[in-house]
Amino acid sequence: MVSLQADVLLPGAAASATALALTAPISFWGGVDPKTGVIADPRHPENGQRVSGKVLLVPETVGSSSAAAILLELVHGKRAPAAIVLHEPDAILLLGLIVAKEMGYPTPIALRLDRERFAELHDRHVQISTTGRLTIS
Amino acid sequence: MAMRIVAETARLMGAERLIPIESAHIDGALYHGDSGTLFAERLVAGGAKTAVRATLNVGAIDLTGCSRNRLPPHELEMAKRMMTAYQRLGCESTWTCAPYQAGHRPKFGSQVAWGESNAVVFCNSVLGARTNRYGDFLDIACAISARAPDYGLHRTENRRATVVFDVSQVDAKFLKSDLAWPVLGNLYGRVIGDAIGVITGLAFRPWEDILKGFGATAASAGSVGLFHVAGTTPEAPDEATALHGVPAAARIVVTNEMMRDAQGRLSTADRADHIDAVAIGSPHLSIEEFDLLRRLLKGRRLAVPIYACTGRHVLRLLERDGHRQQLESSGVVIVADTCVVVTPILPEKAGAILMTNSGKFSHYAPSNTGYAVLYGSMSECVESAVTGKPVFGASMW
Repeated sequence: MVSLQADVLLPGAAASATALALTAPISFWGGVDPKTGVIADPRHPENGQRVSGKVLLVPETVGSSSAAAILLELVHGKRAPAAIVLHEPDAILLLGLIVAKEMGYPTPIALRLDRERFAELHDRHVQISTTGRLTIS
Repeated sequence: MAMRIVAETARLMGAERLIPIESAHIDGALYHGDSGTLFAERLVAGGAKTAVRATLNVGAIDLTGCSRNRLPPHELEMAKRMMTAYQRLGCESTWTCAPYQAGHRPKFGSQVAWGESNAVVFCNSVLGARTNRYGDFLDIACAISARAPDYGLHRTENRRATVVFDVSQVDAKFLKSDLAWPVLGNLYGRVIGDAIGVITGLAFRPWEDILKGFGATAASAGSVGLFHVAGTTPEAPDEATALHGVPAAARIVVTNEMMRDAQGRLSTADRADHIDAVAIGSPHLSIEEFDLLRRLLKGRRLAVPIYACTGRHVLRLLERDGHRQQLESSGVVIVADTCVVVTPILPEKAGAILMTNSGKFSHYAPSNTGYAVLYGSMSECVESAVTGKPVFGASMW
């Protein structure tokens, strides 16, 4: 059992889920289908995988400034990741969670962790506390 | 609620204060699902109004009636409600991703809050106004509160180029063509990520529409919010000024080989024997680009449609001069207020191929429309639409 401490970017519910570490930067708009939570960009290495219910590890975001809208829609449709872990804070994406909170929707926790740690988490079951402690089993 | 959203973002990004802004460009009125409509209507219900000039980016519906979409009834209704809500908040019905060519040009050095990745990069780089990459919701929250968190590209020290992007080794004739700039934008966006670069080694001064295409492609391939072109863009009279007098952290010398590779990445359907449609106008076409389209078309009848996306500011001119009818009778479908990758306008067709001169359409069309893409110049796009088969002429490769 390995334990890691991440910074809490935005508070949210504790999570217990499988980690999906993206291996390339992603544009949520055009990259993730808000109706299914599936990575829809055929040029993305994790194309076809579902972000819903996962501990989603995002090394870098690119592209459209509509990422927040896709994330809000995922939250609204109960298809959001269980937690979002970023290499660095990203206002464009995380606005989706800030607004979700304003709208009264239950929101996943957002954390910051160095992306060098992402690979060892991939596909593992990860428990995340509300204080940002990750426990990998 | 708007002020809370701005303040929470400031906290998240470590901004120490909020600064007043002079204008906003709002990307939030494009329907992605019901949640965005409900958010906008919540603001309207609370009596919110924009406190600064706020232009609107594209919506999901062509309100001018030039083109039709295939949105199902529920989505159509919610998209319409969303566009109406943003109008009620006091935003201008510009409905374009090229607001900077529709009379909204913030002055050099002014603080603004702009959304939509190409609009952001143009505003920062070509106009020299200062904005971060505002996303949905924060853009309207800033327009209502007339404030923005003071961090990132709002601050002088963060506008410094750290990477020199030297294009002096690239074929000079190719660089002067409209074909080259989305290719360069794709390469730049992938290589630079979220850093700021200064392009050097150009033997000419690039004009506005090619900088528009470059910025849009770079911002879709990477997290580009600002670029400099030595001798062209306002914060880069020369390389040293763009670097703020500090040595560059990296110098990238672009080769013809790198350009060839980048050009290849703009197509997903290399060995196509036919095309099903052409799409141009991402960012929205300027009147000059329509003039070029008409010159290349020479009144010929098209075998497959050219979807030409633009804003009302250009549509008005096309109608005034009788060009809209002329283009439509050739088989051009003018799309206003929206575009073909944000709403279903292209017919559903298995294995269909879309040709485009837009690096941004090339990036988004495969996932958003299901069409494979073929990249070419404006003139190659026109010749291909006339014959229904890919025609590549003047490309150097």
